[in-house]
Amino acid sequence: MKSTVLTPPAPAAHPPQIAKAKTNYLTADFGWKSWLFTVDHKRIAVLYLVSIMVFFLIGGTFAILMRGELLTPKGDLFDADTYNKLFTMHGVVMIFFFLIPSIPAVLGNFLVPIMIGTKDLAFPKINLLSWYIYLVGGGATLYVAISGGIDTGWTFYAPYSSTYANTNVAGAAIAVFVTGFSSILTGLNFIVTIHKMRAPGMTWFRMPLFLWAQYATSLIMIMGTPVLAITVLLLALERTFHIGIFDPALGGDPVLFQHLFWFYSHPAVYIMILPGMGVVSEIVACFSKKPMFGYHFIAFSSLAIAIFGFVVWGHHMFVSGQSAYAGFVFSFLTMLVAIPSAVKVFNWIATLYKGQVSLETPMLYALGFIGLFTIGGVTGLFLAVMGLDRHVHDTYFVVAHFHYVMVGGMVMAFMGGMHFWWSKMFGRMYPEAMAQFAAVVIFVGFNFTFFPQFILGYMGMPRRYHQYNVEFQTLNVLSSAGASILGMGFLMTIAYFVWSLKWGKPAPQNPFGAKGLEWERAPSPPPTYNFEEGDKIIVTEDAYAYTSEEPAVIAAHEVKK
Amino acid sequence: MWKDFPFYPEQASTIAQPVDLLYFFLVAVSAFFALLISVLIVVFASKYRASRPNPVSAHIVGSNKLEVIWTVIPLGLTMIMFAWGTVLFFDQSRMPPDAMQFTLTGKQWMWKVQHPSGQREINDLHVPIHKACTFTMTSEDVIHSYYIPVFRTKQDVVPGRYSQLWFEATKLGTFDIFCAEYCGTKHSQMTGKVTVMSQEDYERWLSGAVANETPVQAGERLFTALRCITCHNATSTARGPNLAGQFGKEVELASGAKVIFDADYVHESILNPTAKTVTGFQAGLMPTYQGQVKEEDILSLIAFLKTYGATTPAAGAPAK
Repeated sequence: MKSTVLTPPAPAAHPPQIAKAKTNYLTADFGWKSWLFTVDHKRIAVLYLVSIMVFFLIGGTFAILMRGELLTPKGDLFDADTYNKLFTMHGVVMIFFFLIPSIPAVLGNFLVPIMIGTKDLAFPKINLLSWYIYLVGGGATLYVAISGGIDTGWTFYAPYSSTYANTNVAGAAIAVFVTGFSSILTGLNFIVTIHKMRAPGMTWFRMPLFLWAQYATSLIMIMGTPVLAITVLLLALERTFHIGIFDPALGGDPVLFQHLFWFYSHPAVYIMILPGMGVVSEIVACFSKKPMFGYHFIAFSSLAIAIFGFVVWGHHMFVSGQSAYAGFVFSFLTMLVAIPSAVKVFNWIATLYKGQVSLETPMLYALGFIGLFTIGGVTGLFLAVMGLDRHVHDTYFVVAHFHYVMVGGMVMAFMGGMHFWWSKMFGRMYPEAMAQFAAVVIFVGFNFTFFPQFILGYMGMPRRYHQYNVEFQTLNVLSSAGASILGMGFLMTIAYFVWSLKWGKPAPQNPFGAKGLEWERAPSPPPTYNFEEGDKIIVTEDAYAYTSEEPAVIAAHEVKK
Repeated sequence: MWKDFPFYPEQASTIAQPVDLLYFFLVAVSAFFALLISVLIVVFASKYRASRPNPVSAHIVGSNKLEVIWTVIPLGLTMIMFAWGTVLFFDQSRMPPDAMQFTLTGKQWMWKVQHPSGQREINDLHVPIHKACTFTMTSEDVIHSYYIPVFRTKQDVVPGRYSQLWFEATKLGTFDIFCAEYCGTKHSQMTGKVTVMSQEDYERWLSGAVANETPVQAGERLFTALRCITCHNATSTARGPNLAGQFGKEVELASGAKVIFDADYVHESILNPTAKTVTGFQAGLMPTYQGQVKEEDILSLIAFLKTYGATTPAAGAPAK
């Protein structure tokens, strides 16, 4: 019997525990008011999920249009200004309205309270407020997109943005400024919740690694985002009132803008990747049925990344006019921040060793993440090594590198996490075979899209080019073809997720035989206060207790009690 | 076959090959780790698959020895990359002393170059082979970036400050120049061609082009025409500091701070004279030349000030 069994030992011995709770958070109340005025962290997570998917589709549409333009060397599909707006809006929407909130605001919101065994976040109303702030920022961005767009690149470099661009830069700056507060509030909420609301027995070192990652991410959010807010505010002030801050014609310094911008935006890269690393840790342990190898090293490497991430921003500026000696220091520090990431990768792989590995969809995404993130990580070294950066800086090499980290890393982790916890969130299973197929399609499409861009970059094709030299066409066509495959994969996934809400198999409480409070104690979907009434949560074991010391027998399916 | 599908651009400068060597080293290390990780994933996922008979998970929670190994080895490798790349970068950043000195001004959307002998070109560039060329660069508007892939060199061209770039071409031919920093609508059309010529061809090209005055001559003319000389002279009643022989030296400001009298300082002092007034002189006396003098003229003035006093030591001797 060839088996892609979901739950390795004797699934029959473990009857699905559906419908134990009479009502769950989805059925607890009805009507639009019950959603828009909810303070339930799980409902807010669903609100975020719907909104970030809207932005993901918008940002993805911009990307597809760009790849259409780049099929031919001539600028024939759009004029130059339109193309410049497309890549700017793609960057702004994807980074500020999809990637940054994706895992924290959706999976983090849903899981943080359940994983630590409490009924909600510390500040439920602030949590709802953060979603409204996000909507205001997102709405403002859409308004900017419709009312003429913005063409500065998501990096808003001055003095182009502050003086020369004829598009709605001030509007976009305000939108980003506002949205920042949504991040700050979410980060604050997570930090307080993790510090103060852990269930009895849930010590720091019993926390699932997902929580360590969320905690480290939250630290960056509350320490970094204010700097971004200051930067875009100064930009808007200079643009509107001609106060000389960045434009040398007004007595300002354009390189100052880059320092301020990257002081946030480099750590923001870790806002976008750390939560993904947390998701991957959960999935790898579950689908290896083994404790996480080097738990403490993974936990502390998250903090190390959060801290070191703040002192490497100058590696974006080696050729910007920054002193070569400053570059020397930033290059050195960047090498150090690579190490904790490498440590994580090796620990995940060691976790597979002598486990029971099964390759359901979440695991496919997690393993894909490890491979693609490794490529994204090592190609980051090419850019951190100063002598090479002089050649590859601002070329397609950079574009390929950060898409390997952001899409190959964060989006893969997000997809893995959504498949992993989908049943918990909505009480339905996604269709496994189709999901595995879509995962493979996405993996293949992704590599076809972005691998050719490494070569393009080294060949010298600069980024943000509306037209390009004929000799770059072959690789660009390959990349555009890959993008269409990638897009199909995402659409397929969204389609079967939506399908499963109505027609998916009802989910058992713990379909993957996973450890953790959200699987072992909370029904699928959980009731409003997460656990059944009278279920007092007391944690007595470490995270990922898939094995026990004495008998080398699996404990994959410990039935509750 | 690979000739039609290259993985790196032509190597046409002295630094191209060292850059590619470092690149190949990094590609090798990356490929090794990517392969290692892929192989481990495939091997572990198939050897320890859950569907094998009687699967068990070993109780392994970590190993400090392994953690040390996979911390130290990557650290060592990255330190090699760091040291190698830094040495290379400093080589790329250190201007060779006896090079031909070009000036370059970027503006939306063109490159304006002036040769040491005074010829000007827009977008295109002609240089002799096996001759180090340095570029002093600034921008009239937004940030641009001068990028010549076959020379493996690139430097941002920033308004309000000077940046420098150098190369020594080693291959005859015509190659691409790109703008690498997004600068607005026609960013992707801010391109040009660099033609590397033999010394004789270069000289013939120079004589064919319309010969202008050299930057030093232009600077000297401007120094009088803009009436700099009225105040900046060697008389004891001069209202401004005498600039002869000052270039590259340290000057003391009214605040007591010291700055180097360099290109950036000259640029700033012309456009914003009150920013750093030399001690002993009245601040606010000199008017700003913002909007009255072009970036190219300031570059000429700097070229002149570099030689001023050095070629005519007697004229530049201080009066006191």
